Amino acid sequence: MTTTMLTGNASAAWGARLAEARYVPAFPITPQTEIIESLAGWFADGSMSGRFVTLDSEHSMMTAAGAAAAAGVRTFAATSSQGLLYAMEVLYTVAGWRVPFVLVNVSRGLSAPITLGPDHNDVLAARDSGFVQLHAETCQEVLDSVLMAYRIAEDDRVSAPVLVNLDGFFLSFTREPVELPDPEEVRRFLPSPEARPLGFTASRPAARGVAVLEGPTYSYFRYQLHLAVEQARAVHDEAAEEFERRFGRRYGAIDGYRLDDAETVLIMAGSFATKGRAAVDRWRSKGRRVGLLRLRMIRPWPAADLAAALSGRKAVAVLDQNLAPGLGGILFQEVAAVLAQCPGHPPVLRSFVGGLGGKEISRGEFDHLLNITEHARPDEGPVGPVLLMTAREAEQVGQRLRIAGHVPEEVVS
Amino acid sequence: MKVAREHYRSVKDLPADEIIAPGSPLCAGCGALTTLRLFHKVLGGNAVVVNAAGCMTLMATYPFTPLRSSWLYTTMASPSAGAQGLRDALDILMESGRLPKDENLNVLVLAGDGSTLDMGLSSTSGAIHRGLDFWYLCYDNEAYGNTGFQASSASPLNSHTATSPLGTPWVKKDIFEIWRSHRPPYVATISAHDAVDLAEKVERARPLRGAKLFVALATCPPGWGFEPAMGDDLAKLAVETGIWPLKEAVEGSIRHTFIPERRRPVEAYLEPQRRYRHLFQPERRPEAIAAIQEAVDRYWDATIASERP
Repeated sequence: MTTTMLTGNASAAWGARLAEARYVPAFPITPQTEIIESLAGWFADGSMSGRFVTLDSEHSMMTAAGAAAAAGVRTFAATSSQGLLYAMEVLYTVAGWRVPFVLVNVSRGLSAPITLGPDHNDVLAARDSGFVQLHAETCQEVLDSVLMAYRIAEDDRVSAPVLVNLDGFFLSFTREPVELPDPEEVRRFLPSPEARPLGFTASRPAARGVAVLEGPTYSYFRYQLHLAVEQARAVHDEAAEEFERRFGRRYGAIDGYRLDDAETVLIMAGSFATKGRAAVDRWRSKGRRVGLLRLRMIRPWPAADLAAALSGRKAVAVLDQNLAPGLGGILFQEVAAVLAQCPGHPPVLRSFVGGLGGKEISRGEFDHLLNITEHARPDEGPVGPVLLMTAREAEQVGQRLRIAGHVPEEVVS
Repeated sequence: MKVAREHYRSVKDLPADEIIAPGSPLCAGCGALTTLRLFHKVLGGNAVVVNAAGCMTLMATYPFTPLRSSWLYTTMASPSAGAQGLRDALDILMESGRLPKDENLNVLVLAGDGSTLDMGLSSTSGAIHRGLDFWYLCYDNEAYGNTGFQASSASPLNSHTATSPLGTPWVKKDIFEIWRSHRPPYVATISAHDAVDLAEKVERARPLRGAKLFVALATCPPGWGFEPAMGDDLAKLAVETGIWPLKEAVEGSIRHTFIPERRRPVEAYLEPQRRYRHLFQPERRPEAIAAIQEAVDRYWDATIASERP
């Protein structure tokens, strides 16, 4: 085991290398490119064996990935944002094929307007595709999650693709100290890449993805996929336990921070949760009983863990780094659905949206969020999401609008 | 004039084994199915068919398939990318010794003209460009047949479809030339009417490594509007009028495998089909028919000038 400085992207690539992925179909998109460039180099210099192929689009890339996995080859792919959406049809297709492979998504806000900074609308658009979804906060977690993802995907109880998400720029291009697991130890943690059953051979013809024209049979296969993805919950925990034993790091479906006596819980996902932890530390130093709950596993949705972690609290604030126009934060809806069925559910539940397109979430915004949540009344009824932006940022936007000639001078000032 | 046969002298020489069992939910008289049946028996059963959304998708409906070969349904836009993943995977498996050579499969894309000429063109262009070793069979029934016969970019000039009630104003896209411009080792047009020519072409392509691309004119009784029993008559007329030239390009250089000496007028092919009825009823539209005839004549004048010594 060695510790080295790695970006989130390099960590993802190392995950694929250590897992001994034999096939990487690729298509470049910012900010994912460093992942496929690293892998291209390793296939070229013999550090990895098999094939690296550049496809003509993410739609093609995802099809090739699924087809190779169906044939019995350990496969890795990576994309971002528009690329994930361009491949969306195929995400559903290959999940329906029940083929295990690992896809890394480097989150980036969606067009229009086109941007490069991260938020989670891209990855959450894939939440109903049948992929298992793990969201990483640190570079180390990216690498570790890719390894765990192969364990989960290839487990016979699951046999479905797994998506590992990391935030563009904030994680993809940030260097952190990362422990590189010993390759021999990884070989003991993962089944051999040569152990996958073969999908298509001359003596055993097979048909996959066959049309199903009756509702009941179609429903049966869809229910099967649901039950398989639900199994990933238990398989993840088994993998996490063995992972800790071999590598000394433990990951849960949810990740609590200073939750023990917390009355108010802030819920976040991804690398911005690090900012949330800093806010919790500040609040704690002022004697406020606040903790943070980071959502690591988004699919299967860890409803039981959430119910256990949140029941008995006074207030919950969900800070979504995504926006469903006309609804609000996406994860808020899913948390609320859990709490609605949960005895002893917190009387206050509030929704915040921030960090879109990589917008900073400032101390002031965290304080604002906490003040609203702590002062919220249980009987105030449904309230819409609070869209976070500082006065200074609003001023900056105003300047842009004035330059573009969209707003008369006096309205913005 | 026909080119000399190298592998098959008559239909009787074709393999007797059937890869496709009788019985499927496809339409009576489906020209695409006949084409696939012939193509597959010559290619052999050790194949995985990578299918794009289209009429042939309904050939295998769970839990039935008439195929003795393997099948992977992909999407409408990416069957060639599916072929890429499968070919690469099979090669990786053979290199690592997991797949014995005699368990290897030919990878065959099976797609209609809607997928081939429109939505899936990018994925096929990429696969040819990358030198992927695969087979491609496009059954061209000249419209989106499976959805009820709407216009595709393969729909010929002045043909009626569900979305071109006055006749398509465009000229059919030339997929043979689009493919050929990528410099694949082998491109051919085929017809179920000339089974020997079809079989010869499969054999000529077989030793070549890279993309082996075939486009077949697939007669379509419900879409074109004719009695299923007339399918072969129309396929024959398409060849004899010169509307569907039979040709191949090996490493880019073209030769026609049949040059109709005395071409029949295109009317003989157009008039029996409901999709051209508006050219004849309620009154004849000679200028529209002439436009089709002129395009055919121009094609063959140039071909004969270049291929005849």
